[in-house]
Amino acid sequence: MNAMSDAGLRVLSYSEAIREAMAIAMEADPTVILMGEDIGVYGGAFQVTLDLVDRFGKDRVMDTPISELGGAGVAVGAALTGLKPIYEFQFSDFAMLAMEQIVNQAAKLRYMLGGEASVPVVFRLPSGSGTGAAAQHSQSIEAWFGHVPGLKVLQPATPEDAKGMLLAALADPDPVMIFEHKLLYKMKGPVPEGSYHTPIGKALVRRAGTDVTIVAGSIMVHRALEAAEKLAAEGINAEVIDLRSIRPIDHETILASVRKTGRLMVVYEGVKAFGVGAEISAMVAESDAFDYLDAPILRLGAADAPVPYNPDLERAAVPQVDTIEAAARRLARREV
Amino acid sequence: MTAAEAISADNRPFAIRTYAPAQLREALRRMYLIRRFEEGAEDSYMRGLIHGTMHLSIGQEASAMATCMELTDADKITSTHRGHGHCIAKGADVGRMFAEFFGKETGYCHGRGGSMHIADVRTGNLGANGIVGGGLPIAVGAALTAKRLGRDDVTVCFFGDGANNEGAFHEALNMAAVWKLPVVFVCENNRYGMSTPAAYATAVRNIADRAVAYAMPGVTVDGNDFSAVAEAVHIAVARARAGEGPSLVENLTYRWRGHSKSDRNRYRTKEEIEEWMARDPIARFRAELIAHGILDEAGADAIAADAVATVEAGIAFAKDSPSPAVTDVTRYVYAES
Ligand SMILES: Cc1ncc(C[n+]2csc(CCOP(=O)(O)OP(=O)(O)O)c2C)c(N)n1
Ligand SMILES: [Mg+2]
Repeated sequence: MNAMSDAGLRVLSYSEAIREAMAIAMEADPTVILMGEDIGVYGGAFQVTLDLVDRFGKDRVMDTPISELGGAGVAVGAALTGLKPIYEFQFSDFAMLAMEQIVNQAAKLRYMLGGEASVPVVFRLPSGSGTGAAAQHSQSIEAWFGHVPGLKVLQPATPEDAKGMLLAALADPDPVMIFEHKLLYKMKGPVPEGSYHTPIGKALVRRAGTDVTIVAGSIMVHRALEAAEKLAAEGINAEVIDLRSIRPIDHETILASVRKTGRLMVVYEGVKAFGVGAEISAMVAESDAFDYLDAPILRLGAADAPVPYNPDLERAAVPQVDTIEAAARRLARREV
Repeated sequence: MTAAEAISADNRPFAIRTYAPAQLREALRRMYLIRRFEEGAEDSYMRGLIHGTMHLSIGQEASAMATCMELTDADKITSTHRGHGHCIAKGADVGRMFAEFFGKETGYCHGRGGSMHIADVRTGNLGANGIVGGGLPIAVGAALTAKRLGRDDVTVCFFGDGANNEGAFHEALNMAAVWKLPVVFVCENNRYGMSTPAAYATAVRNIADRAVAYAMPGVTVDGNDFSAVAEAVHIAVARARAGEGPSLVENLTYRWRGHSKSDRNRYRTKEEIEEWMARDPIARFRAELIAHGILDEAGADAIAADAVATVEAGIAFAKDSPSPAVTDVTRYVYAES
């Protein structure tokens, strides 16, 4: 039996929601296959595929050797020719071993072939820090892929979006990368039954406000919402936008909010420099919304360092509720 | 009888006839130390003193120790995510290792790296690695340095059965071979890469068979037999030092514990684990040393007790050590001027 939310909706965890999306897609479409390291009996490094191998068999839930370049590339080739593979990286960090196939091949094939080819592959990438796994297992590299025309780059913050984005990605004719946050896998939330699509490229206002706009993605949405609640007690009313999609990016939702609040802060887990915040800040600075700004734009990203192992350093390296709260307060009071 | 005839007539195990008793006793001590260190780490993890994850090599101690028998501090190793054994075998201090686990400033990586990144430059350990296969090309680079600078040190590259399917493995072996570099590739085939059987993931039967493709010698040995490993690595190291190029040694072994702290062991049976536990490499080496009069039961017990005391002292040192300052989070990203 499933738990119910306050609104009477069924409640699932983020990983259950992703699993349900995969099962729905596999039931509906025999060309959907799963590939990845230890996604079979082990159930995936984060137990996301869990029992899918029992339900769909080893021919559709394929354990790959530890060969990210090859595995991702095989998924690209299969997508090019009629299958719809979902390739799971054990950690988003290992996508670096497959950069060639993702960036040189998957992203560019349609264009290089003048629109004659399609690569409907989906990459799932467990991401982010907070697990004590140190520098090579904790990165947030989603912005890198934002720089690549031909890719779509998503970041679900809730179980509902995790399911809806995966189903939308599978229906999309182009390569889609979904960065799932490791700390969110156990998070529970209402999830609609059946098939539905979370629109790709649409941000969502998670909390309406008037004083300052906080744009965040993935786990930072939850930290920003928590910070916003604390600020509300002091009379600072923050609007929190869940970016959801890094590429394509939803300009209009952000610009509309900035025109309203006159203050913009971007919060993300990737390294601050050259990150999602740079793109959004520049986009606002280049638009009419610039005239509405009452204060400089503020970016809150990770420290200029690899993710450290020591838990206190690890926490200090990325934005937390208290740092978001303090920064938003300074911005609202124009102390920046 | 000449000395050479005496050696060939000597049918004692390779290690016994090759190494001095003191060296053999030290090898046993380090094997106990590896075992107790990892048990201590596991225990600390259970008590919540260590965060993150860790990969234990319990059951694989002979592979680590016998491989390092003839290596000096000038010789290099590259290690893996399952690297505590390599680190201790190469001579690291368990206090500083524990301190790293506890995220302390006195740790080998000043608390920045944790279990998966321990390195000890002083003893030639270039580091564990969070990336499967990440150490393979680095080992070849270290061997290139030795060759270019005219030094006779060698590099031993540890990696797992899973790593042999990464492109880095193939690229590294090929380059080591074409440039005849002094590197010894040591595959610790513990039958699984996480949950994936080597027999499923790897096209060849023995990983050492891959050596043929890169025109280097390849040999598969019982990785729980100290002497078998020591002899195979001895030959490979001698070849490397003589400038004849790389070799591939495959140690067949088994990890008793799960892959990491989140393993439900669904891919193997309890019987299989027990069968391998009965082939304990430490008990086997200890019995061999006693049988050949290198030490007696009391001597072996004293060595085992010494390992326990060293681990306890190491944990105490780690607990008492200071944490890095949070304001130093960006320290060590670049060289300090
Ligand atoms: C490039 C890369 N892919 C996947 C992983 C996740 N991972 C860590 S260890 C491991 C299994 C490695 O197997 P093997 O090489 O046999 O070493 P063992 O763990 O058995 O010692 C996997 C898949 C990783 N760390 N790096
Ligand atoms: Mg293995």
